[in-house]
Amino acid sequence: MSVDPQTDFLEQLGEYRYGFQDPDVSVFKTRKGLDEEVVRQISAMKGEPEWMLQFRLKALNHFLQRPIPTWGADLSNLNLDEIVYYVKPAEMAGRSWDEVPQTIKQTFDRLGIPEAEQKFLAGVGAQYESEMVYHSIQEHLEKQGVIFLSIEDGLRQHPDLFKQYFGTVIPIEDNKFAALNSAVWSGGSFVYVPKGVKVDLPLQAYFRLNIANIGQFERTLIIADEGAQVHYVEGCTAPQYTTDSFHSGVIEIIVKKGARVRYTTIQNWSTNVYNLVTQRAIVEEEGTMEWVDCNLGSKVTMKYPSCYLMGPGAHGEILSMAFAGPGQWQDAGGKVIHFAPHTSSKITSKSISKGGGRASYRGLLKVYKGAEDVRSNVVCDALLLDPQSRSDTYPYIEIDEQDVTIGHEASVSKVGEEQLFYLMSRGLSEEEATTMVVSGFIEPLVKELPMEYAVEMNRLIQLQMEGSIG
Amino acid sequence: MSDELIIRNLRVSIEGKEILKGVNLTLPKGEVHAIMGPNGTGKSTLAYTLMGHPAYEVTDGEVIFKGQNILELEPDERSRLGIFLAFQYPVAIPGVTVANFLRTAVNARRRAQNPEDKGIPIPEFRKLLKAKMELLKVDPSFAGRYLNDGFSGGEKKRAEILQMAVLQPEIAILDETDSGLDIDALRIVAEGVNALRGENLGVLVITHYQRILNYIRPDVVHVMMDGRIVETGDADLALHLEEHGYDWVREKVDNGTPA
Repeated sequence: MSVDPQTDFLEQLGEYRYGFQDPDVSVFKTRKGLDEEVVRQISAMKGEPEWMLQFRLKALNHFLQRPIPTWGADLSNLNLDEIVYYVKPAEMAGRSWDEVPQTIKQTFDRLGIPEAEQKFLAGVGAQYESEMVYHSIQEHLEKQGVIFLSIEDGLRQHPDLFKQYFGTVIPIEDNKFAALNSAVWSGGSFVYVPKGVKVDLPLQAYFRLNIANIGQFERTLIIADEGAQVHYVEGCTAPQYTTDSFHSGVIEIIVKKGARVRYTTIQNWSTNVYNLVTQRAIVEEEGTMEWVDCNLGSKVTMKYPSCYLMGPGAHGEILSMAFAGPGQWQDAGGKVIHFAPHTSSKITSKSISKGGGRASYRGLLKVYKGAEDVRSNVVCDALLLDPQSRSDTYPYIEIDEQDVTIGHEASVSKVGEEQLFYLMSRGLSEEEATTMVVSGFIEPLVKELPMEYAVEMNRLIQLQMEGSIG
Repeated sequence: MSDELIIRNLRVSIEGKEILKGVNLTLPKGEVHAIMGPNGTGKSTLAYTLMGHPAYEVTDGEVIFKGQNILELEPDERSRLGIFLAFQYPVAIPGVTVANFLRTAVNARRRAQNPEDKGIPIPEFRKLLKAKMELLKVDPSFAGRYLNDGFSGGEKKRAEILQMAVLQPEIAILDETDSGLDIDALRIVAEGVNALRGENLGVLVITHYQRILNYIRPDVVHVMMDGRIVETGDADLALHLEEHGYDWVREKVDNGTPA
């Protein structure tokens, strides 16, 4: 049977480009569903210390007791019994791409990861199903003491550092899905940047789900020691299936005195993935944490990156971008909690809804008593591309201190007939004109991305817009 | 094929109310025509209709350019055919720089001619934009600003003329380009238009006041009243209107003298 490559190409135009699937090459899977036995199996597969098994079991117990949250996006169709919680894709993680099994390597080649690594990254981690299959960092950084390992290798090779911080930023009891992740976590990165070391190029982790009906529960721990700097980028894609898959990560970040961390997400899951992620940073004195959170894909996303500003002079910034197309619900936003005086924060949210998609901004800004001289600004803008789409804003602000300066602005706009007419009068088609208004709308956020990602983001937006006008 | 824009018996309604009641006008390339008239006589309706604004409903007539009735074309198709409208109130497109916008517009034109076109190479585009900005004495920082976002009235009008210079239309309609400009800004904009004048460009200057015509000297002046062209003459007609107002034209129309 032959496939005409031309037709094949045309069919893919304007559709999700990352939806290809590979055969199931996994070497081990737990059975469907979750109970104590499954958790013990995962722990045994990883050869973990006893304290970690106990941590997992305690988390499982908490997860089972806690109800599914109903205050946010619709999770009523999420069937947790139908999911396989652990899939081991290969025997071991490689430090060179040659050690990665051929089928899996081809996938990452198609996604352009090894190419990007050579061009503009300081290190790359690649996760396939439940395990990291590749992890590598530039030698000169390793020599300076920078650690960039899979989370499992982090636990094995640096047990004391690991135990000191793991689970301290996001405790088991934080929420139902953080508890679930704590019970079945697998994969993710362990990053440590020593005092004063600045990692100039980004470290990137790439997450790929391949087979249907599985869950991915990556767990990442990033520690930037005093005065250190690092930028960590995560990207994710999956094939399109008719049944749902599940991704629930936990990201814990510790920003020490005067350190600076930026964490950028380009979430582009296929639209059958539930994406429920907990991300939080603890920021000490004079430290800076920046979340750049771009949510384009998934069926449902619930994700509110947080900054806990613990020390005087700490600064937290959240740039959140969500694109909700047909059948998608993006419930995104951010949280900043000011515990200390002279701290400052900024939340900027931009959402776009199209074709009946639903985007919500959900945010919390809290200032505790005694946190004097706090400055914070929250801006959320929504853009609706048609009358079927929906945008909601839930900005919670709790201030227990007098001496604060808080700003809050929200706006909802529609792509106006006058804007389209104006652009079309210069020769742009309706689709090009709409795309131009949308890319202008997210420009303040895209310009914060490193150039390569900004280009990628503009391309993704164009893909989302293609074929959107009848 | 004709090198003229021919408007025949054009009737246009907006929300059921007839505004243009049979407009006839021929604009050859190489000429500058002015349309003058009191407020509310349909001058801007004519401008928007020629460009294809969806709110204006054409009930009769045709507009022929290059052998086609352009009323059947979408606004972007009209633009790519060579028609340009300098807006009275250009809208802001936040986040899109003047340069990025113009490059996209140039590429849309190139692709219309050749679907395989890969777009204008960036160095070539930079050169083009720089040359046009120098010609129109526009500050280089303009290219990096977001289109019409926070622009003053004068800057908006200059941005319109810059777009016209880059897109090189064959028929340009200037809709009340003089409104809201002080005399210096008006002179700069008019100089820009004059710099673009030539045998490949026909210009339709729509204005309420004569003063812009001191700077852009028209070949033909039309007077529009109550949805029709009621008087046509040479540049002196504009001066006459400046001196005597529109009442004498109105009287002539009311007495049934044909225009």
